[in-house]
Amino acid sequence: MIGAFVIAFREVIEAGLIVGIVMAATRGMPGSRRWIALGVAAGLAGAALLALFAESVSDAFDGTGQDILNAGVLVVAVLMLVWHNTWMSRHGRELAGDLRAAGDAVRAGERRAAALAVVVGAAILREGAELVLFLYGLVASGASGADLQIGALAGVAAGAAVSAVSYFGLAAIPTRYVFSVTSALIVLLAAGLAAQAAQFLANAGLVTVLGQTLWNTAAILPEASWPGRVLHALVGYTDRPTALQGATYLATVLVMLALMQWSATGRPRALRTA
Amino acid sequence: MTARWAAGALLAAGLAASPARADDLPVIRVEMRDGVIVPSVIEVPANTRFKLEIANTGQTPVEFESAELRREKAIAAGSTSSIVFRTVDPGSYAVFDDFHPEAKATLVAK
Repeated sequence: MIGAFVIAFREVIEAGLIVGIVMAATRGMPGSRRWIALGVAAGLAGAALLALFAESVSDAFDGTGQDILNAGVLVVAVLMLVWHNTWMSRHGRELAGDLRAAGDAVRAGERRAAALAVVVGAAILREGAELVLFLYGLVASGASGADLQIGALAGVAAGAAVSAVSYFGLAAIPTRYVFSVTSALIVLLAAGLAAQAAQFLANAGLVTVLGQTLWNTAAILPEASWPGRVLHALVGYTDRPTALQGATYLATVLVMLALMQWSATGRPRALRTA
Repeated sequence: MTARWAAGALLAAGLAASPARADDLPVIRVEMRDGVIVPSVIEVPANTRFKLEIANTGQTPVEFESAELRREKAIAAGSTSSIVFRTVDPGSYAVFDDFHPEAKATLVAK
């Protein structure tokens, strides 16, 4: 029972922390809850489908189907996060100043919420397929017993609760700072996801450069430990990054900061998202 | 066993010019069963493409994982799935079942 609890809990918080950050980043935005709920539902449905067709997905593209799918899902999530932060660096001040006064930003806000719903869906799709397999396995196998199923469900509930705490923690930050904090978190989150995408492409054999390991901190902070897993979910920590992962991480951070800088200092009105 | 790897490697080398298909790869089979990984030492060819075919013959789902190889794969009870490795440096790598933390094995590439 404890094992089932731990596994379910772990899988839920990996996606749940991302959902928490995204919800904080869209705080006070009209319609954002609906979009995020939609993203969660779509992600779960996608995860169930993925779990159901796991074998055909794996066998696609010469046995690299899962890697390519994972990379694709992550790249879409990263692009949405990049766009979100670029948009926020221009409009965040209006939003933070007075949510009501940002009336003309509301329509663009709807698109922003849709973009972040895609991120939520992508995060759940990626992490959720494993959880669905695990939970379904427990339900389907008569040998498992009720205590395992209760343990797993309690793990899901506890994971959701921790994710909610991460959201309320961020939401408790004063309005003036909350978007700066979420933007910074999103830069690191996007960089981490981009680095993971790069590794999936490398696993699929589509990228064959920079395969050497940059460092090995498995002895100090193993990725499989609790702090390691949380840092992995939040900022993409990995204990044995390849040069490719490091370069992708750094490039994503730099590109995002450059875009945000450009967006914040550019002609604010003329270039506004129409 | 070694002869098979060698044959597989030769075949892979011979087909290097044409797009290699998964069917041509040497296949290494691993069985995972409710917290047991068989064999406990998984021998694979180094520096060549191969396919690790993992059969979950137990009653519970498993997740084949290796942090050092940066691979993970969840497999439902009664299913078989595979991971294609492009190239693995010679050496030994820790492998575990993320859904059964007590299950450990070593993948040895040579």
